[in-house]
Amino acid sequence: MSSNANTYDVVIIGAGIVGAACARECARAGLRVAAVEADYVGGATSAGMGHIVVMDDSEPQFALTRYSQQLWHELAPELPPDVEYMACGTLWIAADEQEMQEVRRKQQYYGARRVPTEILDPRALYEAEPHLRPGLVGALLVPEDLVIYAPCAARFLMRQARAHSCDLYLDRVTEIRDDGVVLQKGGTLSAGTVINAAGTWAPELTPGLEMRPRKGHLIITDRYPGFVRHQLVELGYLKSAHVLTAESFAFNVQPRVTGQLLIGSSRQFGVEGKGIDNHIVAGMLDRACEYLPELAKMSAIRCWTGFRAATADKLPVIGKCPSRKNLYLATGHEGLGITTSLATGRLLLDHLLHRTPAIPLEPYSPSRDMEVAHA
Amino acid sequence: MSERREFDVLVVGGGPAGIAAACCAADAALHVAIADDNPSLGGQIWRGESASPSTKEATFWYQRVKGLGVEHLAGTRVFAQSEAHTLIAETDSGVCDIAFQNLILATGARERFLPFPGWTLPNVMGAGGLQALAKSGWNVRGRKVVVAGTGPLLLAVAAHLKQYGADLRLIAEQASWQQLVPFTIGLWRQPSKLKDALSLRRQLLGVPYLTSCWPVAAEGKHKLESVTLRRGARTWSVPCDYLACGFHLVPNTELAALLSCAVENGRVRVDDLQQTTVPGIYCAGEPTGIGGLELSLLEGQIAGYAAAGRLDSARCLFADRDKMRRFPLALERAFALRPELKESPQPETLVCRCEDVSLSRLREHASWRAAKLLTRCGMGPCQGRVCGPALQFLLDWKPESVRPPVFPVRVESLIAASSTDSETLHNAALRS
Amino acid sequence: MRDAVQMKVNGIAIRVPRGSTVAAAVLLAGRSAFRRSVSGELRGPLCGMGICFECRVAVDGQLHVRSCQMLCREGMEVTLSE
Repeated sequence: MSSNANTYDVVIIGAGIVGAACARECARAGLRVAAVEADYVGGATSAGMGHIVVMDDSEPQFALTRYSQQLWHELAPELPPDVEYMACGTLWIAADEQEMQEVRRKQQYYGARRVPTEILDPRALYEAEPHLRPGLVGALLVPEDLVIYAPCAARFLMRQARAHSCDLYLDRVTEIRDDGVVLQKGGTLSAGTVINAAGTWAPELTPGLEMRPRKGHLIITDRYPGFVRHQLVELGYLKSAHVLTAESFAFNVQPRVTGQLLIGSSRQFGVEGKGIDNHIVAGMLDRACEYLPELAKMSAIRCWTGFRAATADKLPVIGKCPSRKNLYLATGHEGLGITTSLATGRLLLDHLLHRTPAIPLEPYSPSRDMEVAHA
Repeated sequence: MSERREFDVLVVGGGPAGIAAACCAADAALHVAIADDNPSLGGQIWRGESASPSTKEATFWYQRVKGLGVEHLAGTRVFAQSEAHTLIAETDSGVCDIAFQNLILATGARERFLPFPGWTLPNVMGAGGLQALAKSGWNVRGRKVVVAGTGPLLLAVAAHLKQYGADLRLIAEQASWQQLVPFTIGLWRQPSKLKDALSLRRQLLGVPYLTSCWPVAAEGKHKLESVTLRRGARTWSVPCDYLACGFHLVPNTELAALLSCAVENGRVRVDDLQQTTVPGIYCAGEPTGIGGLELSLLEGQIAGYAAAGRLDSARCLFADRDKMRRFPLALERAFALRPELKESPQPETLVCRCEDVSLSRLREHASWRAAKLLTRCGMGPCQGRVCGPALQFLLDWKPESVRPPVFPVRVESLIAASSTDSETLHNAALRS
Repeated sequence: MRDAVQMKVNGIAIRVPRGSTVAAAVLLAGRSAFRRSVSGELRGPLCGMGICFECRVAVDGQLHVRSCQMLCREGMEVTLSE
């Protein structure tokens, strides 16, 4: 029992889904944990799509997304209904023969790594998703991909953390010190370990952390139950997500348990304002209607934006920060924060307890050279 | 299908304030249009009257707006701004970019709804809501109606329904007579209002008007069958077919907020010339403070003249308007909501009707924003217009900032809202 | 009825006065419930002025139409999910 109420083993900055996952792991392992959150449900967690997806842009990205997805599968029975866990799978849609080759390549890649997939020919595709426009060539079904409602998932993770005596401070960290953090409302929290999981705000507290906010827009429609059954993504998504140009968008539509359709996706660099950019929304919806023409007449209820924390090499930073003692980083997840939150928490805990992690941690090391492009 | 129109003055909202504003602007020989969501002009108070106005005043204004050649963009819902001096609106057939030199917001008000057990049953409606339906072709003859809530609207609605042949059981006004007396006495200063009040009283002879009385529950299996009222220590049930229940009005300030006009305490801030904090944008009528028909007409005229640069004509009306300036505050005081109304909803009573979120689930959260994200309250099609004012009263939650679209619109309208840009970007995306 | 509009509500033919809204037509057809809420409660019009979205019905195949804001047209087909 510690003598000082403000002394912890670990202080986690940020209680978005990544911070909450870290808090849960550490608290359940018996560590005394404090999580500090400046703006409850104010970050990328609430703005994102909640798509839990394996990605194959690089080996480390695959390893992290797949490991984390499996952790979500394990957690599924415990998740309350408001997390809206939906095992709908993803359909990567091919509009032409070139994209169909990509479908085959992906199948081989995933097959070699024991991720179940299925190639759909046009007949099977239209049976699966009758509202797609005619003329598509096929798709890759990834049945183990799923969808959750992230704000409630983050809340669940934090609740579990607090059930194991994690304290939650609604406050802002103004400074990270070697022995803890300084709080804006006054006072300090002492800890041997500090984890910066503050997303796009992380560089403010850890100067030199190379991350840029990447703005995204989403639209949600009224309820049209059964219109779309899987998360539908165009193969061009990969080009959009991983190209570093100023603006891009790609077809990405998600059915929610409510029957509402969540329509994305867009990426912009160098735009700081949270406001809605009409031309981005228009471009994104235009692309969506190319794949699902009936979307055009549907009622769009809300539009919002969010900022993804993006690193130069498209992988998050998870691990010890080289520039300070006792500081760890868990951020830079770009569009995969919700997917990889659970793995981030688990890997970081393994690292803190000197346990062998399930996948190598080196590729996500904050000390790595981010100029090295990944194949 | 995308259209572009240009006007000297655009008026958003076709109620009395908007009609008056458009007339005064058009009088200066300017090219003026009124954009309104409804099929016809009239807003709420003159709903359905464009063919046959019910008062001399309405007749005057309807004739004037037609005679001055004001263009009426019917079924036109403004939902966003595309650039300075251009709003985007949706119609049933497409989208319209509306450019203007000056803008007058006359977006009116909506009823405040407060939840109580059974308030979501079919046939429980707003007071203005039931009246609107009666004015839109539905027949209330012989139906048993209880009118409840608060505000002068209750009497106007009751009288109207009675004229239409409804069997008016009673009117339950939550305000106490002590609150109402200063207001009633104040009417002596406004002869026309006094005349209105007396006329209403005459029309409603025989209908019990109970003060300090409010609905605590609505009962019924598939639709309303009775309403339980409370007055002091007594509660009793009144069988009825319809409950017309509304708790005064809240200004529609969403479009003003979207355009960055200062909105304070739920009212759009305007100067003497009805100009908002954004130059070239004026606001008239209920959004500046709930003040009733006459004040709306005066504010509308002043805004119309001011937008047309006819400042002297505008100033001539200052004295009349200023005489009425006390009215909104007097209304607020007279019809202030009693704290007991906060006790009516039970933990399982729904507050958000779009997403079916109960009061107990909402109470788990410290703020509107957290509640929204974690329960989806306020994320439905009404965009918080129904639950927002209720939560402000029940939990003291302040509304959040406004984003476009300020109204649900078709996906194709959002695409058309930026047509040239999207084409360029789309082609660029294809190429990369 | 002198100036009337012929239309259908849930397949049943009705005549309503010209200038009536679809909401009035549904009520005239004897319905109080227009739709079900997300948790299955029966719902009908509340605000009468187009802001509450409780009066939504399908009109000529288009879903989520606010019936209080739409005028009846000759031959219109209104479908209530309830």
